[in-house]
Amino acid sequence: MAQDPIALTREEAASARRELWRRKFMAFAFVSPLLLFLVFAFIAPISTMLYRSFYHPTVAALIPQTLAAMESWEGKSVPGDDVFTTFAGELKQLAKKRLSGRLAEELNRVRPGLSSAVKSSARKMRRADDALLKKEGPELLRKANQVWAENSTWRAVRQAGQIFTASNYLTALDLEFGEDGSIQGREASKIYVALYTKTLRIALTITVLTLLLGYPLAYYLANAPSRQANALMLLVLLPFWTSLLVRTTAWIALLQTNGVVNSTLIWTGLINAPLELLYTQFSTVIAMTHILLPFMILPLYSVMKGIDPSYLRAALSMGSKPVPAFVRIYLPMSLPGLSAGALLVFIISVGYYITPALVGGTDGQMISNIIAFHMQQSNNWELAAALGSLLLVIIVALYWTYDRLVGAGNIKLG
Amino acid sequence: MSEFPHYFSIWDKAGHYALRWCAWGVLFFLMLPILVIIPLSFNVEPYFTFTDGMLRLDPEAYSLRWYGEIFSDDKWILAIQNSFFIGIFAALVATLIGTVAAVGLSRAEMPFKRLITAFLLSPMIVPLIIIAAGMFFFYTRFNLVGSYLGLIIAHATLGTPFVIITVTAALTGFDHSLYNAAISAGAAPVKAFWDIVVPLIRPGVISGGLFAFVTSFDEVVLVLFLAGPSQRTIPKQMFSGLREQINPTILAVATMLIAVSVAFLMTLEFLRRRGERIRSGQID
Repeated sequence: MAQDPIALTREEAASARRELWRRKFMAFAFVSPLLLFLVFAFIAPISTMLYRSFYHPTVAALIPQTLAAMESWEGKSVPGDDVFTTFAGELKQLAKKRLSGRLAEELNRVRPGLSSAVKSSARKMRRADDALLKKEGPELLRKANQVWAENSTWRAVRQAGQIFTASNYLTALDLEFGEDGSIQGREASKIYVALYTKTLRIALTITVLTLLLGYPLAYYLANAPSRQANALMLLVLLPFWTSLLVRTTAWIALLQTNGVVNSTLIWTGLINAPLELLYTQFSTVIAMTHILLPFMILPLYSVMKGIDPSYLRAALSMGSKPVPAFVRIYLPMSLPGLSAGALLVFIISVGYYITPALVGGTDGQMISNIIAFHMQQSNNWELAAALGSLLLVIIVALYWTYDRLVGAGNIKLG
Repeated sequence: MSEFPHYFSIWDKAGHYALRWCAWGVLFFLMLPILVIIPLSFNVEPYFTFTDGMLRLDPEAYSLRWYGEIFSDDKWILAIQNSFFIGIFAALVATLIGTVAAVGLSRAEMPFKRLITAFLLSPMIVPLIIIAAGMFFFYTRFNLVGSYLGLIIAHATLGTPFVIITVTAALTGFDHSLYNAAISAGAAPVKAFWDIVVPLIRPGVISGGLFAFVTSFDEVVLVLFLAGPSQRTIPKQMFSGLREQINPTILAVATMLIAVSVAFLMTLEFLRRRGERIRSGQID
């Protein structure tokens, strides 16, 4: 080593290593403010959501003593009278504080039908005297509603009282805990798996439509004279950078019962009565295809611009027919743009909220809309968090694929 | 038919025309909503449709009534003020930390470059409803829900990926030894950054800031979850208008937003050309 005139001495090598580490550290130091910012503003919120999908303290806070008394209960038969007495007392307190409705809602989620039983029992306990409740609590409760004599009711109470639970994920997958604690299909309602399937189907439809519309346009623009292509590109970019709500509003104006599309169709005599276009799955698909089309065109165009047209010309002049030449020469070369655009459109449409919420009606709702419903209207935040976490898993898997195939840094903005 | 080579068959020509019609058809589909919304906003009647008078081009059928209504409604005025206030501050925050990060990211020595890039761009990809729900849970602890600061932080988060993308693009071919030279010549890091790096990537930084502003200006899901009544923005006002009672005031607002987009697009195009000239060395 020492004979080699360009070899570094030990000190030189060490200092070169130090310099490299110093530079690595400096590059990282530049990125760190943004990393810290995102950890607070973005990662911590999403982690909180993931946590909330398991963490469920509501019932435990409402009836802590009952749950404590149920600790020793084995679940084979109805719990002992001490549990009944404690529960009757706590139910009275909840009714006084007007919180019994909250408990009813929570128990009803575990076992549909319990809501009215809890509410009516709470009203009756409220009227009862404290001393009487201590003495005859169990009797009063059984008389108030026969569900308290059923073993499964108490199992529901215990299940709802668990602070850490996987039951939200089971609900989100249309499953539930059976009587013996095993996992089984949910009998009462099977909506969420169908909803995920529908969301993925709508996203796929939109992806295929943007591809069918975007590919010819991108091809045309990539092969047009550059001055013309630049001018026409503005017609793609203007809608792209126009407010999403503006575009959705425009589709409402176009598709409503007396809207532009229906009026035109009636005027041309193609139909006699207006079609129901708005507030359907159809309007969701059309409006979202329009909104996401530029995400397909931009990567396709940028890849197609780099394809030398002489390849296709060579194939044609050697006697290939246009269609086989296109399929075997041009299409494979445009695949990077095609996969980038298709993946991006699919990823964005899977999690879309605004457009389905405004033009989708009941039929065109997607998974995001149901998450918003559970956040804002039914106040079932834990289920919303579980549904959101499952959606996040789908998105992360797709994004990972995108990063492998395309590279996240290659997203086109215009 | 002189635009075709002589060996083109009738089918080749037909295919060529079919492609052209297809392309123009798609362009028409892209522009149609914008083209429809502008004239409808001048409708004198409170409908979302073209009246007979409008089709006859009767001047009586057109009016500026809905534009007047925007500016006489306190809710819309507040919404416009809020949108600009939140958008400007969110864009400033996003541009500041996004630009610095992009400079680090484009250095050859950056460790875990690919992973960190994918992470920094992920706010663009994660569904807004997930971000909104998470932020609602987490920001409550810091009393950021229903506050301007919370919305500015939330919107800055969404804006940073755009700044990263535009500034990274502006930095292609940037010689980082210029910065290192300034440092070894004794400049303070901030001064070296401001005097050496920023002038060379200024068009990229400005377009990143514009993207971040537009992202905030157009964002509604986070606003729906995080804003209180006093933080209503233009998109939120439009969203509730579209859900409750549809009224052409929304079309007038939409037309004004289209004008904003046109101005935005022209600025971006100007910046893009300027950036190209800087990179090719025509401007010092």
